[in-house]
Amino acid sequence: MIGSGSADGDLVIEDLACRRGERLVFRGLNCTLPPGGALVLTGANGSGKSSLLRLLATLLAPVAGRLLWAGAPVTADLPRYRASLHYVGHLDAIKPAFGVRETLGFWAGVRGVATPPIDQALDTFALEPIADWPCRFLSAGQRRRLALARLVAAPAPLWLLDEPTAALDADGDRRLIVAIEAHRITGGCVVIATHQPLALGDARRLALEEFAPASGNQADDPLAAF
Amino acid sequence: MAPYLELFRRELLLAFRQGGEIGLALGFFVLAVVLFPLGVGPEAEMLRRIGAGIIWVAALLAAVLSLDRLFTADYIDGGLDLLALSAMPLEGAVLAKCTAHWVTTGLPLTIISPFLAELVDMDATAIPLLALGLLIGTPALSLLGAIAAALTLGARRPGVLSSLIVLPLYLPVLIFGAGAVEAGIAGTGGRPHLLLLGALTLAAVPLAPFATAAALRQALD
Repeated sequence: MIGSGSADGDLVIEDLACRRGERLVFRGLNCTLPPGGALVLTGANGSGKSSLLRLLATLLAPVAGRLLWAGAPVTADLPRYRASLHYVGHLDAIKPAFGVRETLGFWAGVRGVATPPIDQALDTFALEPIADWPCRFLSAGQRRRLALARLVAAPAPLWLLDEPTAALDADGDRRLIVAIEAHRITGGCVVIATHQPLALGDARRLALEEFAPASGNQADDPLAAF
Repeated sequence: MAPYLELFRRELLLAFRQGGEIGLALGFFVLAVVLFPLGVGPEAEMLRRIGAGIIWVAALLAAVLSLDRLFTADYIDGGLDLLALSAMPLEGAVLAKCTAHWVTTGLPLTIISPFLAELVDMDATAIPLLALGLLIGTPALSLLGAIAAALTLGARRPGVLSSLIVLPLYLPVLIFGAGAVEAGIAGTGGRPHLLLLGALTLAAVPLAPFATAAALRQALD
């Protein structure tokens, strides 16, 4: 492990189960991610990659199990955990009427970052040439780059990325990998759901199919008693 | 404090840049009031009697019309996820959004209301009561409206559904708001009505954000 930062902690997933509607998506999921670690989620469509990321982001509540961050359950101090994570989902959270630089500044601002490194974020994803464009003129790939640039504009130790390379070109892929590796060197953690092989050094893989409940077997359902 | 101000500023900028957001509510308000004399006839006596009610009902409808933009766009583009993860509690984000919503709807309606009062030949002594009532009562419209807007996120026709939910909640505001003007005209003084209107708004400021945030969390799940 290279330089585990003091503010960063392990992410521990304990016996996590997720239910969407009537369907149990996965259960009994255990995993540990040390500082500087990368976890790549794989699995077919509908196997629960996005749900797991939303669970890790506390946007969904698990039906069983718990999450620990830096040794404490995340529910013990939710604001602190939320401040230490970044979630980049399928949606880019971009307003057509806002400029590129302005968008980055806003999302860093609501995270309470007083002087966000906006220029560094623009530079990381080669967005300087379009920094003052209104977002309505951005292509899908440029919107993705802008969404990813939020990661750099407001530093946080845990990155949760859902299909981050969708719509990115080869240069975008490279820049993302460079950004992730730079983040890991400073002790940051990354959880990525992806279908594309990403050239990440020493990444742990988690195949979500292994945690799918046996089909039709409701005995495994942690809510069966209710 | 900074994240709240940041969100408030962004909401204002969006409302101003996506031109027509403010104009839409204001234009609707003016048109609705102007339509009444055409419908019920131009007798000044009649208009004077129903004027306060017309203006307040139009203000209610204009507020309902603009509720849609409170959360829908952020819900669709994923911004709501990020707001839920921001440095402020979701309740605080709701309050910031409601404040911005009021500045871009309730406040302009209040400012323009004396001119519309002239249009329905309102008694000059009652016009300050109308404007003051709107100033005190419209924040409650934004706050209560936010509950309905959040509850209907994800529904197929959120606009129609939220107006069905919110209009009954608006009844007390309408009754005391229009009542203040009536009392002013009758010479009994509008003070009690205005105080009750203020009580409604003061109750909505701490309570509505909690209900709204709970509904938003439900929508994110």
